[in-house]
Amino acid sequence: MREPNHARRLMLIWLIATVIVTPLVVILVGPNIPPGNASEQASGHVTDNTVLLGMATPVLLLVLIYLAYAVIFFRQPQGAALEGPALRGDTRIQTVWIVVTSLMVLVLAVYGTVRLLADNGAGSGSGPNPVAKPSGPKLPVQVIAQQWAFTYRYPTYGGVETPHLELPRNQMVELHVTSLDVVHSFWAIQLGVKADANPQVDNVVFVKPTHLGRFEVRCAELCGIWHGQMFDYGHVVTPASFQQWIHQQQVTFAPVTRKLPPYKTTYLPEPTRRGE
Amino acid sequence: MTSAATPAAPAAPGTPASRPPWWRRLIGFNLLTAVVLGIGGYYLGWFIGHQISSPTFTYETATDENDVALLLAYLFGVAGFLIGMGFANYPVVRLLGRPPSLREKEEQGISRYFGLCTDHKVVGMQYLVGIGVFFFVGGLNAMLIRTELLHTTPTVVGPSQYLSLVGMHGTMMMGMMTSAILGPFANYFVPVMIGARRMAFPRVESLTFWLLMAAGFILVSTIFFGGFPTGWTGYEPLNNEAVMGMDSYIVFFALVGVSMALLGLNMLATIITMRAPGMTWSRLPIFVWSVFATSILMVLAAPVLIATLTMAALDRTIGTTFFVAGGGGSSYLFENLFWFFGHPEVYVLALPGFGIVLELLPVFTRKPLWGYRLAVSGMLGVTLLSFLVWQHHLFVSGINADLRPFYMLSTEIISIPTGFIFLCVMGTLWKARATFTVPMLFCLAWAFNFLIGGVSGVFLSDTPSDTDTHGSFFVMAHFHYTIMGGLVFTFFAAIYYWVPKMTALRFNERLAKWHFWLMFIAFNSTFLPLFALGMKGMPRRVSSYAPDLHGLNVWVSISAFVLGFSLLIFLFNVVYSLIFVRRRAETNPWHSKSIEWQLPSPIPVNNFTQIPTFDSDPYPYGTPSPPAFGEAAAPAPAGG
Repeated sequence: MREPNHARRLMLIWLIATVIVTPLVVILVGPNIPPGNASEQASGHVTDNTVLLGMATPVLLLVLIYLAYAVIFFRQPQGAALEGPALRGDTRIQTVWIVVTSLMVLVLAVYGTVRLLADNGAGSGSGPNPVAKPSGPKLPVQVIAQQWAFTYRYPTYGGVETPHLELPRNQMVELHVTSLDVVHSFWAIQLGVKADANPQVDNVVFVKPTHLGRFEVRCAELCGIWHGQMFDYGHVVTPASFQQWIHQQQVTFAPVTRKLPPYKTTYLPEPTRRGE
Repeated sequence: MTSAATPAAPAAPGTPASRPPWWRRLIGFNLLTAVVLGIGGYYLGWFIGHQISSPTFTYETATDENDVALLLAYLFGVAGFLIGMGFANYPVVRLLGRPPSLREKEEQGISRYFGLCTDHKVVGMQYLVGIGVFFFVGGLNAMLIRTELLHTTPTVVGPSQYLSLVGMHGTMMMGMMTSAILGPFANYFVPVMIGARRMAFPRVESLTFWLLMAAGFILVSTIFFGGFPTGWTGYEPLNNEAVMGMDSYIVFFALVGVSMALLGLNMLATIITMRAPGMTWSRLPIFVWSVFATSILMVLAAPVLIATLTMAALDRTIGTTFFVAGGGGSSYLFENLFWFFGHPEVYVLALPGFGIVLELLPVFTRKPLWGYRLAVSGMLGVTLLSFLVWQHHLFVSGINADLRPFYMLSTEIISIPTGFIFLCVMGTLWKARATFTVPMLFCLAWAFNFLIGGVSGVFLSDTPSDTDTHGSFFVMAHFHYTIMGGLVFTFFAAIYYWVPKMTALRFNERLAKWHFWLMFIAFNSTFLPLFALGMKGMPRRVSSYAPDLHGLNVWVSISAFVLGFSLLIFLFNVVYSLIFVRRRAETNPWHSKSIEWQLPSPIPVNNFTQIPTFDSDPYPYGTPSPPAFGEAAAPAPAGG
């Protein structure tokens, strides 16, 4: 029996699979990947994940199809003890492989960098002095993490500190994340925002909510026994109701605000000691 | 090992007739003495610690905790244990200017497995059993974690115990399993494969094992001191405010670091200096190359861990503030130092797996290894690059945010050498004559698992995408695919492949196949949904989560129990095949052309009567086939 041209057959199967599966993945799966479209940054992540998925699918298919093909066709015949061909490498294939994977890696890295900078840090904690800053007016909000709750301070509204988080829609928000004790991580899941809260560090994130509604806030860095309970909900509201809400907060927390230390980017925590 | 298992070996010197009675043999440097001195050292350290530590310390914390006492207790205990084992004898005798009059313990009998033994094959077996025990303890922790996660709120164990379980599971697996392949299989087979009779430093070899065992017990002892809440990463300043159980973590990981660094040094010295004639660098078995690359990582990364943990211990005991912001320190420092060790560490776990897969594939495909040089450069490339990527663990931490494009690039570049390994696997499978034995199945499962692990890694290396997945179950799924899918699967491949040589006994094939299929399916059924859970917003290390994630979590837990059950099948197979049935394995059941399979099973004490010479790499499969190595490799009785 003449041996079929395995290379051509494999190539054909892979091409057909790629042409069919990749668009399906990009069109059907991509847009449904969390975190959704509650903010510009979240929508950006959906685009990024779709692009990565679109690039990964052909690679995944190539290896999987190859493995399946090898398992099916490159077998020892029943009861035989044949030796395979003594192939020890192929410079051409190796060169092509190295060049293609290197190019893919370069594309990935350039794409990631461009998206990171163009999207103002893409919702990730970018340190005290982010390189990519959005222009235009920004609403500063400080996120203060401590075991085991987040509180929020609005410096432009008299430095009021509240346990609730509301953000106006279509307004660029500048979150300053810091911690009073151990390392926490502020994760606003549907907004596509995550930034570690470190003691003595001002970690800045930019986010522009675009859709009204509720979003989850969770701590994403192990911070002690009630780490799992360190969650609450925030809301994206219209600018008008935000104004109304923040004035109400100012009134409600006025007695507290007077006793708070003045607004700073970080607060010196006490050295941690057990039993306190 | 009974004498029945080694017919080639004549009775060793010191036959039972000339032995003293059993109670006399209990006196001396052995495990019993070691345990007694270990306990004695522990209490001595505890006593001294209480005497020297400042009374204001316990006053300030308003508890009866005393980290100084516990740290000293652990250190004195370990020192006592090692002295009792006999590790101080040689240096002391040499310091006194006397010639070394020590028994090399290359005797027969079961007792050599319970002491300081300089036979690399005995140390390999010790490692296999020792690591196996701790692997099952770590696995049991995972079962308890998944039991808790059947509920959306803390139900089965309290949140504090839950974190201890998570911490113990993670630390056990990341600490003890660093030597999962290097300990048993590299110690056992690297000297044989390169044509040596022993390791370069046989006493150090034994020391790495007993240090690791002492470390394992110290980690388990954390449950008596309240456990530790930080997970395996031990982040500061949570580390600093944790109860005394944290000291167990610190001592455990530091001892593992010492063991790793010594193991790596020993391997490097052996591979560089003890190769037989003809065993050139380009003929080195690919498994030995992977051990070489891993050893470089161990030697360079582990000292950073030891230094970091020393600083953490100083913070906890004498009040330095390296990592405490309130005293001028920085939590970033710990994260930086930890991941500078931590990222090479995950390649310490992954690289030996590459070696096992590439070593086994030629045997079962009846083909030479395809792309030997590419595979070697892939491993060395991973080794080099793994030191340049650590800040991808800190993409959202705010540290050096401007450098993120660099770490994104370096992280993605590491997929190029990893891709080499995949190309070599695919090339070796090309037009193969594959037989799907159990080790081969585990190797193919590696290819599948590591592919998923690698592709998910691309999402994590991309900073914008990592914003969603960092610290979530997505990461957890990713590293279980690369470490469990990459290391544990190849660990089992190596067990099914090499244990018939190590014990001269064969496994029950049917049970082994059941183990493989159940493990492979349950593994994927457990960890694939975790990607979705992470994307949907489930953070790691929580015992309470959003109610809408409950269904998937129950699915994952049930799959995890099946995964646990598949490992019980393995355990049953070990007990059934190796202890009860004891069917003798053929000398070379896989028809391998590698040198270890040409020796009798189990391999005699000095490996070879005459050092072999090599004139090709160990993969002369395929048509036409040249001989593997010179005729001088004829098997030899012991003591030759």
